[in-house]
Amino acid sequence: MGGILASMIDGLMVGSVYGLAAMGLSLIWGVMDVINLTHGAMIALGMFGMYLLFNAVAMNPYVLLLPLLALGLGLGILVYWMSVHLVVGRSQLMSLLSTFSVNMMVIGIGTALWSTSPYNVNFSLPGLTVGDYTFTGNHIAATTAAVIVALALEMFLYHTRPGKAIRAVADNREAAELMGISSTMVLTVSFGIGIALAMVSGALVSTLFPFTILSGAGYQLKSFVVTVLAGLGKPLGALVAGILLGLLEGTLTPFIAVSWIPLIEFGLFVVVLILFPRGIFGRATA
Amino acid sequence: MILKRPSFWLILVLAAVFAILPTRGQNAALREDLILVAVAITLVSNLNLLIGYTGYVNFGHIVFYGLGGYVGLYLVTERHWSLYLSALTAGVLVSLIALLFGLGILRLRGAYFALATVGVLVAVNAFVANFDPWGRSTGIYVSFDAYEPLGGPMKALWTTYYLIVGVMSLSLILSLFIKTSKFGLGLFAIREDEDAAIVLGVNATMYKAIVYSISAFLPAIAGALMFYKNGMIDPSIAFEYMLSLEGIVMLMLGGQGTVIGGALGAALYERLRSYLLTSPKLSNFHLVIAGGLLLVVVLFASGGLIGWLYQLWPGSKDVIE
Repeated sequence: MGGILASMIDGLMVGSVYGLAAMGLSLIWGVMDVINLTHGAMIALGMFGMYLLFNAVAMNPYVLLLPLLALGLGLGILVYWMSVHLVVGRSQLMSLLSTFSVNMMVIGIGTALWSTSPYNVNFSLPGLTVGDYTFTGNHIAATTAAVIVALALEMFLYHTRPGKAIRAVADNREAAELMGISSTMVLTVSFGIGIALAMVSGALVSTLFPFTILSGAGYQLKSFVVTVLAGLGKPLGALVAGILLGLLEGTLTPFIAVSWIPLIEFGLFVVVLILFPRGIFGRATA
Repeated sequence: MILKRPSFWLILVLAAVFAILPTRGQNAALREDLILVAVAITLVSNLNLLIGYTGYVNFGHIVFYGLGGYVGLYLVTERHWSLYLSALTAGVLVSLIALLFGLGILRLRGAYFALATVGVLVAVNAFVANFDPWGRSTGIYVSFDAYEPLGGPMKALWTTYYLIVGVMSLSLILSLFIKTSKFGLGLFAIREDEDAAIVLGVNATMYKAIVYSISAFLPAIAGALMFYKNGMIDPSIAFEYMLSLEGIVMLMLGGQGTVIGGALGAALYERLRSYLLTSPKLSNFHLVIAGGLLLVVVLFASGGLIGWLYQLWPGSKDVIE
């Protein structure tokens, strides 16, 4: 019984990182109606970014999240102008395919540079031992970081002018333009923030598990599940939904083979979409 | 009448070229190249039924090919059925499975459906990798005796080649046929405006599920034949995500929504890929080049090569469909 509880707590902590990963996807989706298929590749880049930075400067990895955030912002703006700007507002088929093509390029370059063998960030914080079970310090730190980022994003979106501008464009782009908001600027920045969040979540994952350049794909699937659970553009909703997903995984892993997990997640995705098309936490007027 | 359309004859000429070309001097290397192209054309023209005709992206189209391969090999090796019957059964069975999946996930619209197709791929892959009768992650191997009914391995290679060329031609003819049928017009209506189509009496969910199921039939048969020819199957080669994605690149490159475009894109891309994979300098970058190609087509020429041809010479629409 204690084992299951420990596994659930562990799932809960990993789930907060899933939530963080989903926030980037959900923000971009909500603001410009683009499903960003570079998401998984950007998560993988976050993992390798952390790996390279950590090995180069050997600083505390949680400090390194800040340069990675800036890097992600820049990269996101680049990807926006390269692949998204021309297809915003066109059929979803086009934006799916254009972001997907960037995904292929990133994965292609990544595979050429790092092959598909596993890497890990060699860093561990002292853990917390309760009875027979030890919760690693990295898990606790990652959870804390994820919660802080989620709160910061929530504050930014709901209590600052640029954040409000982003929400205004998400609600109604024409009306926002008429109020003097430059929607191109907002879309660029939102895409940058979305990618930065993806990279930070990847960086946090890299302190928890070994990873390859292809690892992002699994987190992308989880991000989709979390996003449809949470509804679009709600950072705290995504955090809660991510934690729920992690909890579910933590509860199931003692009983079933890990290779079944994607199947369950996918089932959840379809069922939620059919039953709650606006997300469990989504408002009817979204 | 389908016989009066130039594209129909074009398809027959293509099939004849495929059938005759490698027989000159029993050119096995050329046959192996062409069989890959024929499989690519089969996959792409069936994918086109969904992406090009209906406007729904399927990221997991390869599932049908892989499942077909599994059903086919299982029947041939474990049940000792003939190849023809096994391949046909694979086609029918996989179409039925697709119909079931389709009725579930096709209630989702647009991009949500596209995401669900990734899920179908992941789910089927997870299922097969844990399924005992199909050898879990080791897969199924074909023993040499399984080739005896076709006159030994050497002859079996040629027979499967002709069969796959046949499947390729049928795929193209099917696309051509659907394009002008009432069913096809319903699909186009869904692509242009699904709500309007529903109001006008198109049973959208049913149409989509049927086209999803149809698009599974010939790829499943091709899978059964191809994996029989290769002599083995396992989950990682049967459900190769990249292959599924490259199919989309081929389709966009040639021109989605057209019959010949998919074939053209498949042939060109398949040749390009073979060249890149065998070139020592570029082999690592074939994904980068494929991605760049797709990006350029999507951003600047969404009609692909055939769309470009239509612009250049509008009369070509009547000849090349």
